[in-house]
Amino acid sequence: MSQTIEALLLAGVILIALNGYVLLAGADFGGGVWDLLASGPRRDRQRELIANAIGPVWEANHVWLILVVVLLFTCFPLVFSRVAVGLHIPLTLMLFGIVLRGSAFIFRSYDTHHDVAQRRWGRTFSIASLLTPFLLGVCVGAIASGRVGPPAAGTDFIAGYVSPWLTPFALSLGLFTVVLFAFLAAIYLTIEADGESLKEDFRTRALMAGGLCFVAAVLTLVTALRDAPLMQEGLLGSTRAIPIHLLTGAFAVTALVALWKRRWHLARFAAAAQLSCIIWGWAAAQYPYLLPPDLTIKEAAAPRITLQLTLAALVLGAAVLFPSLRYLFRVFKSK
Amino acid sequence: MSDLLAARSQMAISLAFHIIFAVVGIGMPLLMVLAEWRWRATRDPVYLELARRWAKGTAILFAVGAVSGTVLSFELGLLWPRFMEMAGPIIGMPFSLEGFAFFTEAIFLGIYLYGWEKIPPKAHIGAGILVALSGVLSGIFVVIANAWMNTPTGFRAISGQLTELDPIRAMLNPAAFQQTLHMTLAAYAATGLAVSAVHAVFLFGDPMNAFHRRALQIGLMVGTPAALLQPVSGDISARNVAEYQPAKLAAMESVFETRREAPLLIGGLPDIDRREVRFGIEIPYGLSLLAYHDPHAEVKGLDQVPREDWPHVTIVHLAFQIMVGLGSYMALVALWVAITALRRREVSQNRALLKAIILAGPMGFLAIEAGWVVTEVGRQPWIISGVLRTAEAVTPMPGLVVPFTLITLLYLFLGTIVAWMLYSQIIRSPVTRDWSRSYTPGPKVEVKG
Ligand code: HDD
Ligand code: HEM
Ligand code: HEM
Repeated sequence: MSQTIEALLLAGVILIALNGYVLLAGADFGGGVWDLLASGPRRDRQRELIANAIGPVWEANHVWLILVVVLLFTCFPLVFSRVAVGLHIPLTLMLFGIVLRGSAFIFRSYDTHHDVAQRRWGRTFSIASLLTPFLLGVCVGAIASGRVGPPAAGTDFIAGYVSPWLTPFALSLGLFTVVLFAFLAAIYLTIEADGESLKEDFRTRALMAGGLCFVAAVLTLVTALRDAPLMQEGLLGSTRAIPIHLLTGAFAVTALVALWKRRWHLARFAAAAQLSCIIWGWAAAQYPYLLPPDLTIKEAAAPRITLQLTLAALVLGAAVLFPSLRYLFRVFKSK
Repeated sequence: MSDLLAARSQMAISLAFHIIFAVVGIGMPLLMVLAEWRWRATRDPVYLELARRWAKGTAILFAVGAVSGTVLSFELGLLWPRFMEMAGPIIGMPFSLEGFAFFTEAIFLGIYLYGWEKIPPKAHIGAGILVALSGVLSGIFVVIANAWMNTPTGFRAISGQLTELDPIRAMLNPAAFQQTLHMTLAAYAATGLAVSAVHAVFLFGDPMNAFHRRALQIGLMVGTPAALLQPVSGDISARNVAEYQPAKLAAMESVFETRREAPLLIGGLPDIDRREVRFGIEIPYGLSLLAYHDPHAEVKGLDQVPREDWPHVTIVHLAFQIMVGLGSYMALVALWVAITALRRREVSQNRALLKAIILAGPMGFLAIEAGWVVTEVGRQPWIISGVLRTAEAVTPMPGLVVPFTLITLLYLFLGTIVAWMLYSQIIRSPVTRDWSRSYTPGPKVEVKG
């Protein structure tokens, strides 16, 4: 194997981990959004369903993000340090979201004394669930638009630390992420719900979120034309990316039709596939750059020995991890 | 406040906060598993109640540990991008392995907490054992990374770049074994004694209570051996520091001048300008003996280190005195417990001993904070000993005092909530009547779970 192949493999693993985070933790965040928007005669039952669905799995789901961070600084240290400098502000805010989401959720579950306190924790939990994916999307948008360049000495504060991410494109991608996560969560919840009326609640919500997804997608595309030349090229111009985009569209339509026809499992599969395609489509669009405009996967890679050892560790880790994860989901999600 | 100072303070606050939860994440699963094991062996429902309650407390603390740990992994880049650029490829290895340990820990904790009714008993206790093991492992891996910062090996530094990396040798750096051993023991000593202290408080007013007696017994089972071994392990650490980090040892003991037959200094306040220590007690030959096991050995002093490369002597010295003082007290209490148990007396009925245990309750955690101050402040001005200076590693981002202030406020707030929650949810006597008497289990009752 050459170093290029090893670097490519590891970039692929990072993307898989990100994909895992989006499909699993993304739905937990989406659940928080529905907690905020819980309404109607079954409001309390909706919240209870969400809490039960998230409870046993959210910490395991959260570790995917840690895997992304660790692999990034081990295998592509230059990318990690540059992102951490240029996106210091949104990343720090995202950390606040992560801390408040996790702790408020657990405080709410265990603080059984006062209704008032519980409601306050619930509110904190759901607002943090909204904020965190939004900032995640903003960071991805900043990276995709190629604005997280090398830190130039003496640049002023706004140019160096604000304008990389405060763009219409990054903000719309933030919005898109929130809506997608909410869509995904509502679909998962149709399966987890006991009872037709509760299923219907989440079906309606999923359909509404699905509609919003299209609006947010169009907004993201339009702003990409202005802010993200590389994306524009990759999204519209490259033959590599087009099949993925077609697939994304097909899965999106399938998910909505399946929801309409109450084919819950098909809807879940299609929605998960749709989100995965968006991630891989983004990757394909900016390939071979890991951090546009200038850092390619090959250039940013750590020395070969590090890559090899990390791959070995991953194989070892996966051998423990996947059976354990399967067991977790079999115990709690076998429906 | 300069940006560098703000960054260092933010790192210190975040780590000092996280370590409390990390330590509980290492220690509590063992207590939980022991309680469940006793329950399965005896069918005494008190043990089941204990296991469940401890699991509940662990769930709260684990969640805060997980989120504060996430903050740290980002902060390594947010605050020290130049450090991670340089060190990522070489210490990424233990961090990656740690990542898998976290995964295993989080997965099986979920199964343990929510699976009482869902999986067979063997699988349940098995999940608990896996949580305990992976907790220890994640602690070990991250401390290995820190040991590398103290005694970096496995590379060649050429004009600010590390080349010829050998991540395996980096993991086997000279401080790795000493630090991981000391930290793991510290986690067990601190949690074991803290739990014992909580239940000792209850036993003080309600000496026959079966619930608290059994809890005390398990807490001491974990805390006592660890607290007894800790001074031994600390001595191993100190000898390692003397060999590989002489500036740190000199600061710990305020040795301003290199000398043979160096005395051990207890207490005292270093006066850095006059290069002497006031109010200390000197034990002749003590330091040479402890650091090199030879009363005549030469101990390197700060005179061998350029003045601008000195760590903050007063802080390191005081922190070290605090740790050793607390550690000695904890070891003495542990010895007392061990003797009482060997003479087949009930610890719970010895009021003087209960008082001593209560006093030791918070000490493990304080000693851990103090020990980390020794290690980290003692390494200054280096972030990687002898290779990269902390000042060179800090992010160019201005205004770091803002995130520092916000993080501090957030953690103060969370800390208060967690303390209150543990107090009101976990640390209460159960109201089961018969447990308040000297309780002997009646005919075996099958409890579902
Ligand atoms: C329960 C907690 C606890 C207790 C009772 C002690 N320590 Fe400790 N000590 C720690 C908790 C700790 C720690 C927080 O875990 C540290 C920080 C870094 C490390 O590896 O362990 C540490 C570091 C540390 C170091 C520095 C290691 C380095 O920088 O590489 C030395 C020399 C000692 N200890 C020595 C001792 C001695 C002689 C003790 C005698 C009683 C003692 N410790 C008790
Ligand atoms: C001596 C220092 C440390 C020890 C012993 C330690 C140990 C642990 C343990 C046992 C956990 C499991 C969660 C819990 O039970 O609370 C944990 C969580 C975590 N720690 Fe630390 N840690 C230390 C320092 C650090 C540092 C410096 C980092 C940053 C790189 C870090 C990153 C994390 C992360 C990301 C988690 C969350 C994992 C999860 O979701 O389960 N830790 N730590
Ligand atoms: C969890 C227990 C720990 C505590 C309480 C702790 C405490 C501290 C303190 C007080 C500082 C500030 C030192 C100064 O600037 O004077 C610091 C700095 C730092 N620590 Fe730790 N530390 C811990 C573990 C670790 C571990 C396990 C790692 C890495 C794997 C680590 C990495 C760092 C880094 C990168 C800095 C900033 C640079 C520096 O000041 O050298 N720490 N820590």
